[in-house]
Order: sequence, then C-alpha cells, then structure tokens
Amino acid sequence: MTKNTKTVIILLVIAALIAIVPLFALKGAEFGGSDDAGSEMISEIQGKEYEPWFTPVLETALGGELPGEIESLIFCLQTGIGVGIVAFVLGRFVERKKWQDKENGDSTSSK
Amino acid sequence: MSKKQKNLAVLASVFLMLLTIAPVSNAMHIMEGFLPVKYCILWGVICVPFLVIGFMNIKKVLGNDRRTLTVLALTGAFVFVLSSLKIPSVTGSCSHMTGTGLGAILFGPCVTSILGIIVLIFQAILLAHGGLTTLGANCFSMAIAGPIISWILYKLLQKANVNKRVCIFVAAFLGDLFTYCVTSFQLALAYPSEVGGIGASIAKFLGIFATTQLPLAVIEGILTVVIVIALETYAKDELSSLEF
Repeated sequence: MTKNTKTVIILLVIAALIAIVPLFALKGAEFGGSDDAGSEMISEIQGKEYEPWFTPVLETALGGELPGEIESLIFCLQTGIGVGIVAFVLGRFVERKKWQDKENGDSTSSK
Repeated sequence: MSKKQKNLAVLASVFLMLLTIAPVSNAMHIMEGFLPVKYCILWGVICVPFLVIGFMNIKKVLGNDRRTLTVLALTGAFVFVLSSLKIPSVTGSCSHMTGTGLGAILFGPCVTSILGIIVLIFQAILLAHGGLTTLGANCFSMAIAGPIISWILYKLLQKANVNKRVCIFVAAFLGDLFTYCVTSFQLALAYPSEVGGIGASIAKFLGIFATTQLPLAVIEGILTVVIVIALETYAKDELSSLEF
C-alpha cells in the first residue's frame, strides 16, 4: 500500500466516524425535523407566525408537499448523478495513467 | 423499580429532552418565501457579477486547455454529491455540506458560483429545498461567500508555506462554515430581534447553523483533501494547466 492510499483510507474512516457518531451518541434525537424548524426561529424572533409569501413551484404544481419517499428519491437521484460523474471521470484518469505508465515503460525499455 | 432507579430514569429523560429540544432544525438553505422581497432582489443582484465573471472564466479556462473540462465536471459533481448528503450532527439535527471548497481551490470562486447555482436550482425546483425566490441569497452564501473565503485562505496559507494538504483542509473547512455564517447573517438582516437588533438575531441563527455545521465542515475538509490527492495522483497534467 502506498503512503497516499493509507492517508486516504484513514481520512475516509475519520469522516465516516464523524458522520455516524452523533447518530449513536444522541439516541432519540429527531435528526432532520422539517423545514418548519428554521421558520420557528423566525416566528420566535418576530413574536408571530411567519407566512411565507411564496410557495415552492413544485408544491404549487402538486397541490401539497412533496411526499417524503419521493423527496428521498430525488435526493438519491442528485447523489447518483454526482457519484456517476465523479466515478466516470476518476475512472478515466486512472486508466489513462495506467496506459501512460505502460507507454513510458515501453519507450524507456526500447531505448 | 426502586426510587433511585426512578430518579435516574427521570434525570436521564430530562437530559435527553434537553439535548433534543436544543435547536432541532434543518440547518440548510433559506426556505422558499422566507426572505422579504427586497432582500431576495438585493442578494440576487449581488450574485449577478460573480456569475457573469464565472461564466467568462469557465470559457477562458476551457479555451486554454480543453482537457480541464473533465476536472470541471468532477468539481461540479462533487458539489452535487456533497450537497445531497444529509448528515446527522451533534446538535441532533441534520445538515449537508456544500462541496464548493474544491471548486474554489481549483478554479477560483467565480467559476464555483456557476457550479453552485446549478445545484441550487436543481434543489429549488425538484426538491422544494431552498427556493427560487431565495436563490440569490442561497447562491451568495453557498456559491460565492464560502468559496471566496476558501480561495483567499488557500492562497494565503500557501504563501505561508503551510503543508498543501493542511491548506486544502483549512480552506474547505472554513469555507463551508462561513457559508452558514453568511446564511445566519442573511436571516438576521431580514429578521432583527426586537431586543438587540440584528446582532442578537445573528447570535440566535449562528447558534443553530454554525454548531450543526461544525462537524460537517470537518468532513467536507477531509473529503476535499481526498479528492485532491486522487487528482494529484491521476490528473497531474490537468492540474498543472490550472496552475494548481
């Protein structure tokens, strides 16, 4: 294993731990709540209920809130698009480096 | 159950409730319709020059070396991924990262503003997350202010001869955190407290946003370093043509 690989693995483990620990440390916490929570703070400051003056386009079209499952679907879609592009580009880079290394190796050996 | 056990149970539940009550919120973009019209317009107008310069910069960078397109795509995709992952945080609520630090370090803050606004539009239209009316404000905090801080910090730390990976980590970390500080400021500006005015409101919003974001900003820093390590290993040519 190269030094870089080690660094990357250690870093990724740390990142995963930071993300997971709160889940176990704060059992029973809601983790997420709704979009109302931010507006609660506004209501608290203003001392009255705040009425948003514009509803999201999608909610107007649907005539209600986006169902939770569908929301997670679209979030997954967003992740999927991102991961797909990242994986595709990195995959190309990795393969290219292999070829370049090989060609360089050939040219040096033929000299 | 003995009395002692009962007391303990009560104490524990009170403790838990305190933890749960302490700001439970979605510390994310400003919701649709939650900023008064004049602020929506104000932030929108502020964003325009950055977006225009960003557009021209993208053209210039791609004109110099067409191959950097792949790195640009990767950077945009990185923003897509990171801003879609909602991660539990120490305050008992979820938030997501911005992922814009990478773009700022590689391409500069203006180009990043274009990448950021694509994600924000996607989320505003399809997810009712953030919003079209608050697009300007969210764009400014996530795709302009954060990246600017990342970019400045990266350049400064590099001048000071700090280890490159540490530079990247600090830049991405503070850029992410600053995004949410700006969000707090934007909300506070629109909703000053009766007692204490804007300052008191900033403190209140910061209490929610910044504390939730702190661990996530660390993760963002780490992931940015990982991606840069990958690019340094496999895409040296592209990085050198970006003068990275």
